[in-house]
Amino acid sequence: MLSLWLNVIAGGVLIGLVYGLVALGLTIIFGVMRVVNFAHGEMVVFGIYIGYWTVRIWDVPIFLAAAVAAVVMFVFGYLLETLVVKRFVNRPHHYQFIVFIGLSLLFSGVLLMSFGPDPRPTASQLSFQTVSVGPLTLDWARIQAAATAGLLIAALGAYLKYSAFGRSLRGAANNRLGGLVVGLNIPRVYAVTFGIGAACAGVAGALISPLFDAQPYLAVDFTLLAFVTVIVGGLGSFGGALLGGLTIGVAEAIAALMFTPSMKTALPYALLIIILILRPRGFFGAKDI
Amino acid sequence: MPDDALLEIDDLCVAYDGSNALNGVSLRIGKGELICVVGANGAGKTSLIRSIAGIVPSSRGSVRINGVEISRRPPWDICEMGIAQVAEGRQIFSALSVEDNLLIGGSLKRARHDLANTLDSVYQLFGRLRERRDQLAGTLSGGEQQMLAIGRAIMSKPEIMMFDEPSIGLSPALTDVMFGVVKSLNEQGITVLLVEQNVAKSLAMSSRGYVLENGSVVLHGSSRDLLENPDVQRAYLGL
Repeated sequence: MLSLWLNVIAGGVLIGLVYGLVALGLTIIFGVMRVVNFAHGEMVVFGIYIGYWTVRIWDVPIFLAAAVAAVVMFVFGYLLETLVVKRFVNRPHHYQFIVFIGLSLLFSGVLLMSFGPDPRPTASQLSFQTVSVGPLTLDWARIQAAATAGLLIAALGAYLKYSAFGRSLRGAANNRLGGLVVGLNIPRVYAVTFGIGAACAGVAGALISPLFDAQPYLAVDFTLLAFVTVIVGGLGSFGGALLGGLTIGVAEAIAALMFTPSMKTALPYALLIIILILRPRGFFGAKDI
Repeated sequence: MPDDALLEIDDLCVAYDGSNALNGVSLRIGKGELICVVGANGAGKTSLIRSIAGIVPSSRGSVRINGVEISRRPPWDICEMGIAQVAEGRQIFSALSVEDNLLIGGSLKRARHDLANTLDSVYQLFGRLRERRDQLAGTLSGGEQQMLAIGRAIMSKPEIMMFDEPSIGLSPALTDVMFGVVKSLNEQGITVLLVEQNVAKSLAMSSRGYVLENGSVVLHGSSRDLLENPDVQRAYLGL
């Protein structure tokens, strides 16, 4: 019994790291630009399709698929911010809300037109490999996804903390007027931030592509998952996104074990409500990235 | 009026939601000068500085630095041309460390090549900042935050420094220290535009001054003449 619990919790931690990466993308965009990307789930699904093409069709290793997704989605996010989002950054929130919902529907439509509504099984040989460590038997695909996500989260944290651009990005997040006063190129900071946020979502999508069938309708689930994760962790907080991801990953796994697999998606929302009652700002709310 | 103007402003107008904050302001600053712009709250002093810096768009008029028009350029271009400001309310990055604030100030292309030396010179000027380099800027005292705002502006290796009410919120003793720092920076060759409500002190340390009222320059001349002007004495010096 103990072994079963350990396996379930370990599986939850592994997928939670990937959820943390998804949430990190959303929270970085919000923390710096104060806009809420309702099309974030679509960006995860773009990543799953990139994973589908690269891993399933071209048979490249998963970390290379993640690298392709990072580059493609960074460029996509950068261009999207430059061409569309920047025109709404200083508008009231209800304008932004409508624009991002519109983008979300547009991207879903493009995915439907391009790939059709049917799930495309992305399961590869990797999906069925397991690794045993002591009492734990873990999916090799999950281990690879979690390790890559963990490394990326650490690398992104180090980049934001120690690089000159990361410092500027944190400065712009903390005080936009202060950024203008010292001559930060705020539009460029915003475009790169949106690119990084989209890349996080895309990479997470590519990493979980061996675990999920690719289909456009997954986007809504991932958008909601990212929101729940970010709110549980604390909106705008780097550490909160990671902790929120781990919490949701483990909660999903425990729900599937204790109740039924269909409770897997319900428990995180129950957890969200409880955490919002006890800690309205989440674990690390109101802390700057 | 200087012949070799470093900063020239002609007929500058700024409006917010249809109401004018600046109405045709013109002024000149020569290389190496220290001039002040004085006026009451709401006279348009902050709008003037933010408009020069490109943060607030002007509706009319021109701003030139070394003869180059900058009134339509974005703030980051203007900073790269050598204009730095110590803004009203300091506008430091409160959630970042003191050193991160300073390093962001030195992130412009014009300053990057000599970052370590400039940082060291800021720490020599303000030893307190060196002691607190790893502390979050938001936890500094008001005087230390003002030092940080000045240090951050110095990090960009500016030709012109604009100070927007550097004495606000400071004790009289700290105000004297801050004005001493402003004077010393000017003596090191940095051109200074000082915007202040403390009319007596700012006119006493500057060579020329402009009096701003309701967005317009109503008086200008040498600081000595302005200090002896009965209107200035009555309105700003309480004499």
